[in-house]
Amino acid sequence: MSGPRFRRLAETGRPPVPITVDGVPVAAMQGDTLMTAILAAYGRLRVSDFGDGPRAGFCLMGACQDCWVRLADGRRLRACTTYAEPGMAVLTGAEEGTDAR
Amino acid sequence: MRAERVVIVGAGPAGMRAALVLAGAGLRPVVLDEAPASGGQIYRRQPPGFTRGHDALYGFEAGRARALHDAFDAADGRIDHRPGTLVWNIEGRRLQVLHEGAPQTLEFDRLLLATGAMDRVIPFPGWTLPGVYTLGGAQIALKHQACAIGRRVVFFGASPLLPLVAAQYAAAGAEVAAVLDTTPMRAKLAAAPGLLTGGKTGWKGVVYLARLAARRIPYRHGITPVEVLGEESVEGFAYADARGRRHEIACDAIAFGYGLKSEWQLADLAGCGFAFDAGNHQWRVVADDAGRSTVPGVYLAGDGTRIGGADLAEIAGERAARAILADLSDIDPGDDLGQGAALAACARRIAGQAGLRRAVERAFPFPAHLARAIPDDCILCRCEAVTAGEFRAAIARLGPHDVNRAKAFSRVGMGRCQGRVCGPAAAEILAVVRGVGVEEAGRLRSQPPVKPVPIAAFADAAEGAA
Amino acid sequence: MTGHLGLDAAIIGGGTAGCAAALHLARHGLNVALFERRTAGSQASGVNFGGVREQGRDFAELPLSRRARQIWDRLPELIGSDGEFMATGHLKLARTDEQMASLEDFARGAAGYGLEIELITGNRLRADYPWLGPQVVGASLCRSDGQANPRIVAPGFAQAARQAGARICEHEAVIGALRDEGGFRLETERGRRVTARTLINVAGAWGAQVAAWFGEAVPIEPQSPSMQVTEPLPYRVRVNIGVVGGEVYARQTPRGNLIFGGGRGWNDMAAITSRAGATNVMGAMQRLTAVLPWAGAAHVIRTWSGIEGYTPDEIPVLGPSLTTPGLIHAFGFSGHGFQLGPAVGEVLAELAISGRSETPLAPFAIGRFTGGATAGPVGAIRGGRDPNAAMQQGET
Repeated sequence: MSGPRFRRLAETGRPPVPITVDGVPVAAMQGDTLMTAILAAYGRLRVSDFGDGPRAGFCLMGACQDCWVRLADGRRLRACTTYAEPGMAVLTGAEEGTDAR
Repeated sequence: MRAERVVIVGAGPAGMRAALVLAGAGLRPVVLDEAPASGGQIYRRQPPGFTRGHDALYGFEAGRARALHDAFDAADGRIDHRPGTLVWNIEGRRLQVLHEGAPQTLEFDRLLLATGAMDRVIPFPGWTLPGVYTLGGAQIALKHQACAIGRRVVFFGASPLLPLVAAQYAAAGAEVAAVLDTTPMRAKLAAAPGLLTGGKTGWKGVVYLARLAARRIPYRHGITPVEVLGEESVEGFAYADARGRRHEIACDAIAFGYGLKSEWQLADLAGCGFAFDAGNHQWRVVADDAGRSTVPGVYLAGDGTRIGGADLAEIAGERAARAILADLSDIDPGDDLGQGAALAACARRIAGQAGLRRAVERAFPFPAHLARAIPDDCILCRCEAVTAGEFRAAIARLGPHDVNRAKAFSRVGMGRCQGRVCGPAAAEILAVVRGVGVEEAGRLRSQPPVKPVPIAAFADAAEGAA
Repeated sequence: MTGHLGLDAAIIGGGTAGCAAALHLARHGLNVALFERRTAGSQASGVNFGGVREQGRDFAELPLSRRARQIWDRLPELIGSDGEFMATGHLKLARTDEQMASLEDFARGAAGYGLEIELITGNRLRADYPWLGPQVVGASLCRSDGQANPRIVAPGFAQAARQAGARICEHEAVIGALRDEGGFRLETERGRRVTARTLINVAGAWGAQVAAWFGEAVPIEPQSPSMQVTEPLPYRVRVNIGVVGGEVYARQTPRGNLIFGGGRGWNDMAAITSRAGATNVMGAMQRLTAVLPWAGAAHVIRTWSGIEGYTPDEIPVLGPSLTTPGLIHAFGFSGHGFQLGPAVGEVLAELAISGRSETPLAPFAIGRFTGGATAGPVGAIRGGRDPNAAMQQGET
């Protein structure tokens, strides 16, 4: 997927919060929403449920519901209203498999 | 005065001010809000550990933001503020909530809905690509996260947020490629006198324009969005100028919007009446001149009822709180709590803003023609990935008269957001097919839950009362 | 809209059955109009779970249900749309040996009607349905059952009926009707006066109101289903699921949404509104994860309900009036009329045209409630009802 989407303009001295995005370690910062954490390093949050391509959120205020992301542990979180926490492992691709977890 | 439980939903300017007034009268209102901190969207606070000051975050509004934040924080203990709380349903006098993810049922005697607003948008080709955001979203990235939505940003639409957010981005060091207003220049000029005589707000707009001009950022009027350039993410923006000539601007992000749209879902579930507001070209929740809804015991304030901005929201919050106090005192005649005069004062202040509100509506009119002209291959409903063409085909096939019926046939508005985003454009498309005014197409009804709720929260936890 | 309308047949109620009856009567050349308070399929026909199921039905309904199943395959020819019908099969789950025994009983009885049911237990159950929770001990599968999209089926019949020449009058409630020597006379809320030789009462939860105009009292209880749908999930549940007892049922669409329900919502008949009901919604989520534990990770994005009419014995009233020649009833489908609707439309058209139907209707005679003569033994062919039947009917 393409390079960073968001550009940090200030507040860059915060302590790091290690997370991974599609298995790649990403240097998030304390106070980052999951959306910021992902998009400051990456070009997408998720793919459309219906195959029409990548998505990277839209309204940032918990209304449009287009930033739900999936963690490796099975949780689904709205990225714009959830703060990044150490150890979160985000998967941005389509969910695969038809068997129960 | 009988001990009644007053619950406020929303901790933006309307909800905060209402809570302060109620707390001042000795009530201890419950304030439910999804966010981790009070402030709403306009006065949203940055996370702990961020260091920018109020001036950097709120600009001209820094004083108001600081005053409201400080007063609300000082009232801690007299206000039962419960952040991290989603109200997902209302049935009768009961609210179903998720508080920090745990289900609760909350009873109320009086309810004030101060649920705010989101950007009103019209889909255009490419709008679901990474890099396209609402104007409000772009502002939140900056205010709450100190981020820009990209390296080089185009701002467009018809919204008071348009010059504001563009100027904020420029001031914060982001590259603003262009600011493109869909309103024709002559319409803007016609609205200018009303804007400039309506108080400070209009002059703030002039300052934003001047700041953009000083940075030599192009500001165009009367444009028509054409498409996003790029396959996997934004690489540029194509628009037509007032004469219809196509222009392309290289950029990696786009922010757009056409004013605001009330988050009215809870008012809908509470059974409140709605009316079509021709001036703003959208539905609003009906409130009387003291903020009472059509449902006894349910009150309304702020942009969640009718779009007016933060200053009006704060006055309306006070007004609704005073109406609650007055109505409570009706239970014990003889103690009028002096609300009559205060209510009248609020009403005067709100009436005094009516001219400005109308001028703003004229200066940033909703370009409904763009919704009607959405190309067939453009996604209309981004949740369900339904194109405008598929929507038109479903209308042609089964002939629905209102948007709820059209939704049932097409899935437009049926996804996670329940039509918050695509609803206005869908109604325009249906109206033009039927050859009627958009109010005849109706508005999408809200259904619980107003936002997605995790099944595990209910499967794992026994429900608590609070 | 005021004025007079002279008809061969008037239909009250725009559910699937009424719209299908209008279609068949119009194709037969009759001058027919249908009157619907709201829009076609806005209540029971349009808000239900979308199960197209013969399994688990009262045996009295099976001949009608068998006939309906044939029609579901022919929907494209009939109405120009398949209604998103898919013969996914219907899998009914047992959580105890006693429940499994009841599934075996039904399978034996259904065989007498030519309905094939497979019993599935042990390793095969886990191999075929690895997404089932550990509580499930066995199941019965009816492969010919399936599911469809209720939002488009009744409107599809309505549209086909229109194209066949029927008048489909939506947002026009009939406010009164009587019969005199000239036939039926109706008045609608728009002040329109209608005369008709035949009157068909397919008014759902309001069917008893219409019957009462003609001196036939049927105890109908309005009930509301409690439906929910999740965000899209990987498509793994490729069969329509019910449980013995009926307290939860679920299906997944190929788009990925898991649709489930169970229990009751609430309604306000005066305001004609209904809701899935928060208490029940939360309970149904718990009941769902008992059967499909992995569904806990999903979010519910919408709930809905509608108003359905239930009879005391939870099978419909279907057949001629016993007081009024030319009046035909079909209502009280008790939460499981979706699959039957297309066949009920055919039966109503047969009754209107010839006074007879090829499908046995004796168990559905209105006389079992009004005390009038019934056309045959009612109780004799009943059976096949699950234990805990009270929770059963919502699973359409």
